[in-house]
Amino acid sequence: MPAHERLTAAIVAANDNNRPALVPFITAGYPEPGEFINTLRAIAEVGDVIEIGIPFSDPMADGMTIQRSSYIALQDGVSLEWIFGELEMASVFGTPLVMMSYLNPLLAFGYQRLAERARATGVCAFIVPDLPFEECAELRAALENEGLGLIQLVTPATPRDRLEMLCEASRGFVYAVTVTGVTGGNSGLPDDLADYLDGVSAVSDLPVCAGFGIREAADVVNVGAHASGAIVGSALVEVLEEGRNPKAFLQHLGGK
Amino acid sequence: MKLQMGADEARSLLDAQLRGELPDERGRFGPFGGRYVPETLVPAFERLEDGVRQFLHDPDFQEQFQRELREWVGRPTALTFAPQLSERWGTEVWLKREDLAHTGAHKINNAIGQALLAKRLGARRVIAETGAGQHGVASAAACARVGLPCSVYMGAVDIERQAPNVDRMHRLGAEVVAVETGDKTLRAAIDEALRMWVTDPSGIYYLLGSAVGAHPYPYLVRELQSVIGAEARQQMIEQAGALPDAAFACVGGGSNAIGLFYPLLGDDIELIGVEAGGTGDGLGENAATLATGTPGVLQGSYTVILQDEDGQVQETHSISAGLDYSGVGPEHAFLQAAGRVKYISATDDEALEALEELCEAEGILTALETSHAFAAAREWSRENPGKRVLIGNSGRGDKDMPTLTKYPARIRTYAGA
Ligand SMILES: Cc1ncc(COP(=O)(O)O)c(C=O)c1O
Repeated sequence: MPAHERLTAAIVAANDNNRPALVPFITAGYPEPGEFINTLRAIAEVGDVIEIGIPFSDPMADGMTIQRSSYIALQDGVSLEWIFGELEMASVFGTPLVMMSYLNPLLAFGYQRLAERARATGVCAFIVPDLPFEECAELRAALENEGLGLIQLVTPATPRDRLEMLCEASRGFVYAVTVTGVTGGNSGLPDDLADYLDGVSAVSDLPVCAGFGIREAADVVNVGAHASGAIVGSALVEVLEEGRNPKAFLQHLGGK
Repeated sequence: MKLQMGADEARSLLDAQLRGELPDERGRFGPFGGRYVPETLVPAFERLEDGVRQFLHDPDFQEQFQRELREWVGRPTALTFAPQLSERWGTEVWLKREDLAHTGAHKINNAIGQALLAKRLGARRVIAETGAGQHGVASAAACARVGLPCSVYMGAVDIERQAPNVDRMHRLGAEVVAVETGDKTLRAAIDEALRMWVTDPSGIYYLLGSAVGAHPYPYLVRELQSVIGAEARQQMIEQAGALPDAAFACVGGGSNAIGLFYPLLGDDIELIGVEAGGTGDGLGENAATLATGTPGVLQGSYTVILQDEDGQVQETHSISAGLDYSGVGPEHAFLQAAGRVKYISATDDEALEALEELCEAEGILTALETSHAFAAAREWSRENPGKRVLIGNSGRGDKDMPTLTKYPARIRTYAGA
């Protein structure tokens, strides 16, 4: 089975247990490169799918928290090459992995090599926030050759016909951005979230995971009523930043 | 690795460009350009593209735009013969005086054009980024003129070195937002403006200040700035009796350069873009993107950027805030790859020296950005005596006084004393 179907299966399995899938996001190698694999292992015990953020110098879709963590990770020498090296040494994770990266580090790495290394290290799919569907053919083809998927994002600003196209094109799951804004907002989830998520779920054959602005157990419950999974990014990165226990935090949010 | 373009491919793309067919419908200049933006902004870019298609060449819009250029910006700007420089350099030197345009630089051509477009598109407010502050001032003025609120994102480093422009923006009614993230210069300001745009993609109009970013900006900005080259071409024929042998413009993002060069592409004129050579050749010591960069995606466009081998964008250095940028417009990346325009650099010191020389020789205080073009033109003149050169004098240097006061003018005795 192609790797991206493992993602779908992991999310469906959580839903079969009557809970939304929990998808923790961490910036790779933050706050301590030496703790990367330990942190992954810890959150893998609670998360259904893990999203690994590749730090980038110009994180234009991210708010302050992830900007800060990316900056520090880069200062500490974290790179795609290093991340793959760490994942190789840790051997394959049971929990499926997703990489979230801006396009330029992937371009610099080379798409073919990227797909091969990703497949070998248990990465099932990529999320590329600055790569709209119209520009993605080349990367998508390289990934799909290795059985990996390119996850499409949809947003509250996405018109209906485009929503259908993106849901159709996505692999693994559909990433529904909850807000018109960058990551890490803490102004709460929008009032019309339920309608929006119901709308995406109605169009998509794949599970829909909601992300951006999910910070508390109540948010996970709220989102879980209208989507298959909840992605927790900035709030978890803040936990790491403050030296708190990521696993305990995720358990509190309702992970497995 | 530089992107190599075969001779046949280059020729056919350059022909397409002369026919006005670039960018293509996907926003590409050959391999460069495109639209790499977050999904939230895709509908906004589509609306902008539709708006550009609908209005930019609409007679009604053009009439309004041309009237504003004439009566508010003060166009056409003069073409000035520079007798002293000509004498010293041994070439015939002509200056296209964008410093005489309202608010003191070419930036106003683009700002008023886009502000008029924003109005037609029904925007509730305008955001802009700025490096030197010239685009910020131009945006503030243009927004006041058309009656739209304006917020300008400016790196904290630039706020300090271009202080006079910060005050001007405030007085023109704009909000100036200090950007403390990233490199705290132009690149960080663009990132931050994009982040703000994402929060209200249908209400905000992003008034981008150079020929950079995702399609259709490089095209839109070129169209609005081409008035520079179109006027200069006509004026050269009228005043000098001939076209120049070479034309020079400084290149930050590349808007004044594309504005000057685009109408000259079909002529037998050597076109030379001048980037910031900073303090040296090392990574981080300059902003000579085309000279030392490699292809990659930055801020919405596949172009040439300064990056390390992991694809991380590098910080830059230039004495001039307006050139201090790790990317460059995709059309310049194309013109370089196709061999039509040559891109070289001038250092901080050479720019300062050129600035002084122009002050002394012609009584013109030019911008530190523009000074780079003068330094390169002087160098070229040494090797090409007797030729005729045209320099895009993109802006005036009043804004640079905080920087210039750190470099006391060389003491000179008045020649007549
Ligand atoms: C006077 C002047 N010239 C040139 C530039 C560089 O911009 P561009 O390359 O877009 O013309 C600036 C930018 O701020 C400027 O103020």
